[in-house]
Amino acid sequence: MNAAAEITFDHVTKRYAGRDAAALDDLSLEIPAGAFCILVGPSGGGKTTALKMVNRLIPFDSGDILIDGRSVRDIPVVELRREIGYVIQQVGLFPHMTVGENIGTVPRLLGWPKAKIRARCGELIDLVGLEQSDLKRYPAQLSGGQRQRVGLARALAADPPLLLMDEPFGALDPITRFRLQTEMRRLHREVGKTVIFVTHDIDEAIQLGDRIAILREGGVLAQYDTPDAILAQPADDFVAKFIGEDRALRRLALKRLSDVKLSPTNGADQQPRVSIETTVRNAVSLLLETKTDHLLVEDDNGQVVGAFRFSDAGALL
Amino acid sequence: MTVADAANLHTFVDALQFIVDRPGFLATKALEQLALSGAALAIALAVALPLGVALGHLHRGSSVAIAASIIGRGLPSLVLIAAFLTVLGIGFVNNMVALAVLGSGPILTNSFDAVDRVDRDAVEAARGMGMTDPQILRRVELPLALPLLFTGIRVAAVTIVATAPIAAIAGGGGLGDIIVNQASYRLSGVLGASLCVMLLSAVVFAALTGVQIAMTPRGVRRTRVIGEPQRREL
Amino acid sequence: MSVLAAGGPVIPTFGKGSSCVTGDHTFCWDWVRGHWHDTLGPALVQHIELTAIAVAIGFAIAFPLALLAHRFQRLEQPFGIFSALLYTIPSLALFQFLVPFTGLTVTTVEVALVAYTLVILFPNITAGLHSPPEEVLEAARGMGLTRLQVLMRVELPLATPAIIGGLRIAVVSTVAIATIAAFLLPKGLGYPIFLALKEPTPFKTEIYSAGALAVALALSCDAALVGLRRLVVPWASKGVA
Repeated sequence: MNAAAEITFDHVTKRYAGRDAAALDDLSLEIPAGAFCILVGPSGGGKTTALKMVNRLIPFDSGDILIDGRSVRDIPVVELRREIGYVIQQVGLFPHMTVGENIGTVPRLLGWPKAKIRARCGELIDLVGLEQSDLKRYPAQLSGGQRQRVGLARALAADPPLLLMDEPFGALDPITRFRLQTEMRRLHREVGKTVIFVTHDIDEAIQLGDRIAILREGGVLAQYDTPDAILAQPADDFVAKFIGEDRALRRLALKRLSDVKLSPTNGADQQPRVSIETTVRNAVSLLLETKTDHLLVEDDNGQVVGAFRFSDAGALL
Repeated sequence: MTVADAANLHTFVDALQFIVDRPGFLATKALEQLALSGAALAIALAVALPLGVALGHLHRGSSVAIAASIIGRGLPSLVLIAAFLTVLGIGFVNNMVALAVLGSGPILTNSFDAVDRVDRDAVEAARGMGMTDPQILRRVELPLALPLLFTGIRVAAVTIVATAPIAAIAGGGGLGDIIVNQASYRLSGVLGASLCVMLLSAVVFAALTGVQIAMTPRGVRRTRVIGEPQRREL
Repeated sequence: MSVLAAGGPVIPTFGKGSSCVTGDHTFCWDWVRGHWHDTLGPALVQHIELTAIAVAIGFAIAFPLALLAHRFQRLEQPFGIFSALLYTIPSLALFQFLVPFTGLTVTTVEVALVAYTLVILFPNITAGLHSPPEEVLEAARGMGLTRLQVLMRVELPLATPAIIGGLRIAVVSTVAIATIAAFLLPKGLGYPIFLALKEPTPFKTEIYSAGALAVALALSCDAALVGLRRLVVPWASKGVA
């Protein structure tokens, strides 16, 4: 496998015994290598089902799932799973093993030499923002956020080209959650793996994903696109309702002033100044707050590079 | 001090005297009882432990485990011993089998429970990482199940050792021989042997509890052994 | 200190019986019918009495004790250790140990049986009282319930399944242990078995019929308590035996 894997859902269907509605109905998705793909939707949308089919924790009835063009059914299940990182909401750390032993689980299964495992653990504990001394601690001695960091490190241990994450931050408090989301973005940029991430939280989906698949009840794919495109053009009423009525503002939150075609300035004036890295949403908020018609935008060096007006924001949408 | 009290004290002094006078005889009888108990425990372990662990791993057969726990407690030892005697005849084998059946109950119930209750998330994580079933069992389920599983073994061992004296009535030998034969050993002997039986059970209990604490994995020690006890409603 | 050694009565199991009885076949219904009134029936009634008295007294002691331990948590561990130790004492030895104090009497048997029920009931009741999750208790306190109200309206109702669970174990165990009373007293379902075992060739029908009655008694008591639980705590019946 490559550093990042390309995943294809090809008309995948799943029905659970004794239930009329399909859990997943003819799902087709192309997830490019290195993408951060979010599966989002209400409960009963089949998003977790879809995720667990990739590492075959749940079998599917028809269709196929391909990793770099290879059907998951053609790869021995144990081998398949060892090459896919897997993170779940409850983390599932092994309480009888230290943090280091937890992280080293898959490398140990793969028969890596001890020194290499130790080195890899040290590397990963840094990557997920924990201390080296934490390697010796037991899961019971960690906070919820720390546990999920360990879960993430454990999933990354054997450098898998694909990471499956099932509501990994769902059980955390909002502050820890936000911090881990931010770091997850950074981590994704650094390690460049394909990530499939399940959540029911549309905000999390918009913040993290570069592609979002919205599933509706009955496991039907409602829309699959970039966050911006979904916010700009919801495919139908269901999607529109699901993403909320403030979707224009949400779109602006995804953009920074550096994305805006700024108006020229009319020389030095006393208008409020903002950094070019500010999100457009925050800039609009500042316009409303200061009751002015434009803001001065400055670059990293404090040089004014243009002015931002309401109409500039409108032009983005 | 009333007359009755004096009589009581006197009886116990006699019983202690009996123990002091015949240490070798009592030790032989105690060893006989331990041999019978050990053999019964070995059989119970060989049968019930793999079964309980396998059922727990598959999360199947909780009704079997519950039935085993009811049978383990509800089958009177005397009935078991008498019933096996009619089939296997008087002597060691009959008693060994009866005691093994008695001991299988707690072992089966606890080993099923111990493995069945291992955190499902940890098991899912293990499976998701690509552990095979034997690996999941060996690396995750068994280490985590160990404390509760061992509780079952301890309960079985104590039950067997404590029931063994009753086997004397069906030729099981051991300290029970003295207890059921007041004609030969008099009250002092019966009481002395009873005290020895109590001591023997307590020693087995204490020794196995010590082993259990020593073998509990560190990461789960706080939560399982010292923390909230594992309780089971039947 | 066995009854036999003291020259206790021997129920004639041989003699005027059928060919089934004299040949000691596997099971002789005619013996069971013939001796229901003089042997099995009375033994069953005695067995029920022994068990009922022991469980009733045991519960009457264990329940307040558990409430006390729940209120003063420091007491719980000593009680717990005491219970665990008591349970390791073999029943036969405990009976004999009590004889010098209370003689060959029902009291001796009951004291021992009550001790064993305590060992089972006490931890089950305390565990039940501890079972409500902290957030439920907090919600109750937050709504302004007094300590007594929390106990009566939240802790005790939620503890009921565990208490009934404890009763199930206690009743079933007591039925089993009460057979050992036969080593002291000519009472209970253990006695016909005890007598049969004393014969040179133990009479099978006597062993099987008394044994089956003891097991049936244990199982029906258990079933009755399961039924009681369904009735009293319908909310806890899902998926539990």
